[in-house]
Amino acid sequence: MTDRAVVVVRAGALTTVQDLGRTGYAHLGVPRSGALDPAAVRLVNRLVGNPETAAVLETTVDGCALRPRRAVTVAVGGAPCPVKVAGRPAAWGTAVRVPAGSVLEIGAATRGLRAYVAIGGGIDVEPVLGSRSTDLLSGLGPPPAAEETVLPLGPDTGTAAGRGPVDAPPWPGPPGELVLRVRLGPRDDWFTAAALRTLVTRAYRVSSASNRIGLRLEGPALERALHGEPASEGMVLGAVQVPPDGRPVVFLADHPTTGGYPVVGVVREADLGAAAQAVPGTPVRFTPVR
Amino acid sequence: MRSTAPRALRVGERALLVELAGGEETEAFHAELLRRRAAGTLPDVREIVPAARTVLLDGVADPDRLAAELSDWEPGPLPARVGGAIEIPVRYDGPDLAEVAALWGVSVEAAVRIHTAAEFRVAFCGFAPGFGYLTGLDERYGVPRRATPRTAVPAGSVALAGPYTGVYPRSSPGGWQLIGTTDAVLWDTGREPAALLAPGTRVRFTAVGVVTGAGR
Repeated sequence: MTDRAVVVVRAGALTTVQDLGRTGYAHLGVPRSGALDPAAVRLVNRLVGNPETAAVLETTVDGCALRPRRAVTVAVGGAPCPVKVAGRPAAWGTAVRVPAGSVLEIGAATRGLRAYVAIGGGIDVEPVLGSRSTDLLSGLGPPPAAEETVLPLGPDTGTAAGRGPVDAPPWPGPPGELVLRVRLGPRDDWFTAAALRTLVTRAYRVSSASNRIGLRLEGPALERALHGEPASEGMVLGAVQVPPDGRPVVFLADHPTTGGYPVVGVVREADLGAAAQAVPGTPVRFTPVR
Repeated sequence: MRSTAPRALRVGERALLVELAGGEETEAFHAELLRRRAAGTLPDVREIVPAARTVLLDGVADPDRLAAELSDWEPGPLPARVGGAIEIPVRYDGPDLAEVAALWGVSVEAAVRIHTAAEFRVAFCGFAPGFGYLTGLDERYGVPRRATPRTAVPAGSVALAGPYTGVYPRSSPGGWQLIGTTDAVLWDTGREPAALLAPGTRVRFTAVGVVTGAGR
């Protein structure tokens, strides 16, 4: 049994292995998947000296706890949260050393939803179609972490001391209001002019039914100008799909590759990381961009 | 039939949705895209996703420029049928087979003959990795989805909905009409391509075992 591994001591509400996703297979029905807040993944990987593409853990709401079998360098980022090593407070957002056998405790997010845990060497589960990400829609990649799950690590790429400073701008934190820039189309003509006005002028709220597949919103329904069931067509990350109840859903990483509800607009990819950190109840406003 | 030029719609910052007149035009356009990509004359595109009457081009650096280029394309010929169709052996024992036969106004045996006589083509994938939407049945054999979807459809179920035939690559909820089962491996990430039923693949279903139409 290799000691190049960490053992999950507490899995938390939902802890998955994520990297930057599984691209190039959408035509076979394979979602992109990958971390919902990729900027946070890039940063925590750089902090421990990993390539930005290394696999990390994505926690949800209440963190997780890990016990490395050998000493490792870790960095916790994304949603701010208390970090402890062997019961003692440790730093969030910077490289931290965890001795072999000590427990790394990532506490509940104090703001935001999803914390990211990079470990030196990266999580080295078997890649599937070029990615180690857990895809909750289609079941590709490793299953969500459970108590006693053993996660293998890749070879460490250096020492923390040799890595030098990381030029990371301070994270602005999860927004009090989520502002999503949206470009209308391709199916805005399926909606009434009043509905398009509603979308970009009225307030929505993040629904607690949101998940890795989509950010579900509560608020005014969008009225259709065209009725019926549109033919299934390809979907992109950030697509604002409108199901029959009229409440928009913003597609996140595990979204289906094709869909049969009209897409009124597409949110800028750069705004989706903040969307992934918005807690239920957060006010949401769409602003139109060309 | 191909007089209508494809219409390219912008999808966000980095994608185009190309609308075509019908399934055949979509197949021809998709084949043309793959030809141009293989020949290195298509700008970098991360994903090419065909669907019923559209092809999505995602991860395009300059979508407006590509849209302008597309409008000048002469639609190429349909791809040659190389190597014939793959065969999928099916036990026609699905719980909805009798109902499908009734919808078609034929006997169960005749329904199986209709399904095994057709040559299918994978128009596109979606719903789940390796789930292909196969066209090839005559229009009059379209069937509605079930009013109440099943919470668990077994892997390998051969099913009908609308104009399509599909095979469930793994157990999942589903509302299609189940007409049979196959042992064919639909999805294997150790295989290239992972999907047995990748877009463009031609398919024939063959009947194995006794046609019962029972099991309801």
